[in-house]
Amino acid sequence: MEFFDVAWRLLAVLVAFLTLPLLVGQTEHKVMAHMQGRVGPMYAGGFHGWAQLVADGVKFAQKEDVVPAAADRRVFQLAPAVALVPYLLVLIAIPIAPNGVVGQVVDAGIFFVLAVLGVGVLGQVMGGWASANKYSLLGGMRTAAQLLAYELPLLLAAASVAMAAGTLSLPGMLESWQWWWLPWQLIGAFVFFTAGIAELHRPPFDAPLAPEEIIFGPLTEYGGLRFALFMLAEYAGIVVISALTAVLFLGGWHGPFADQLGWLWMLLKTAALCFLVIWMRVAWPRLRADQIQRFAWTCLVPLALFQIALTGVVKVVFL
Amino acid sequence: MGLPGSGLAKGLAVTLRTMTRRSVTAHYPDVQPELPARSRGVIGLFEENCTVCMLCARECPDWCIYIDSHKETLPAAAPGGRERSRNVLDRFAIDFSLCMYCGICIEVCPFDALFWSPEFEYAETDIRDLTHERDKLREWMWTVPEPPPLDDAAEEPKEIAAARKAADKLAAAQAAAAESASGESASGESAAGEGGGDA
Repeated sequence: MEFFDVAWRLLAVLVAFLTLPLLVGQTEHKVMAHMQGRVGPMYAGGFHGWAQLVADGVKFAQKEDVVPAAADRRVFQLAPAVALVPYLLVLIAIPIAPNGVVGQVVDAGIFFVLAVLGVGVLGQVMGGWASANKYSLLGGMRTAAQLLAYELPLLLAAASVAMAAGTLSLPGMLESWQWWWLPWQLIGAFVFFTAGIAELHRPPFDAPLAPEEIIFGPLTEYGGLRFALFMLAEYAGIVVISALTAVLFLGGWHGPFADQLGWLWMLLKTAALCFLVIWMRVAWPRLRADQIQRFAWTCLVPLALFQIALTGVVKVVFL
Repeated sequence: MGLPGSGLAKGLAVTLRTMTRRSVTAHYPDVQPELPARSRGVIGLFEENCTVCMLCARECPDWCIYIDSHKETLPAAAPGGRERSRNVLDRFAIDFSLCMYCGICIEVCPFDALFWSPEFEYAETDIRDLTHERDKLREWMWTVPEPPPLDDAAEEPKEIAAARKAADKLAAAQAAAAESASGESASGESAAGEGGGDA
């Protein structure tokens, strides 16, 4: 019984991990197209190009697996897996409905999640170093610098919620969540979401990839299935960051009829945040590498510290 | 400058507004485009009008029009008259792999034998098939649309202007004749019996 329960949960997480990123990717195709007055893919699968990403996947799978002669072979081949797997692990710990509907209850869930999230970015650093390509190296360095700069505000903002809830467990945080936490933790939400996007290298923080400047940075030398895995990691990252923001700051499954419809509220909040990620990509230009650093150190870190102070004061004085 | 971040908000607003509007994409193979009047797609030959004057072939900047012809002799219409000779078209071909769609051949044709057709879907997998022979050029004539009506402020077409000029001239002459006739009849009161009998 225990075994089947665990197996069922893991299978559900795996299915979500394989479908949700594709759903976000397809939404990005369509939303970006319509925001630019286009229609996006229309043919694959027959109805409004719903199977475009499946077709892309088939194409990627058919391509030759190339490793550059000068590359650090092992590291180069391992990097996509290092980039992708952490997001799968994080997804296990994210609660989607009340009463323990979660892949696996982790007591120090927020620690686990944030620690594993940082590993995902390492995949890109590995790819950037192992490719033996100057563009990849540049991108890898920028990735590393960005990871260092944004990990701090990410952790501080998450710590603020942990302080407010008085627990490190993600389901525990949701249990104690009240609606007025929304304005209370608003600054933290902004910092966490922004830092999360920056860790994923999504526009406007995509200087490490910057296709027009350093030709996709760490991904320059990748092709075929390994490149597809990096892409999948990017979209899985969007899902994970949006879901985490929803859980930590938007109340996750809280909403009318949460007992029955909790999973729907969670999905809706996650989807809205994913839409925001796509929207920002369409609307805003890319920040320079130095602007990205300045934004993190002079804006996000002080804001996160202020949020922690605010959380502490409210917690001590009013609760 | 405005508020800091107002540019970012504007970017979001513009993209969101664009998303709610209809996209401008032309769904071409599924939906045919609405071409403007006088679209230049392919050239049709109305060979009944062609007199093999060769003006089109000589004016063509690309030398993409091929014309072969021979002369036929017609017997004299009246006994004792001279025999007449006439050009007969043997081949008329346009090589659309060379054509640059300048339209000079159509402009220069004095007998209205060449026309623009809006049809544009005649791509081929073999470049030699882009040389359209006489029968194919004649077929394109069926796709030539009626000329669009002139703009309100446009000049009169030359044919109508010339016809009107001739008609006006004739009317003026008749009016003048009537004028002089009535004038003469008025002056004929004193000089009775002179003219104006048919007035």
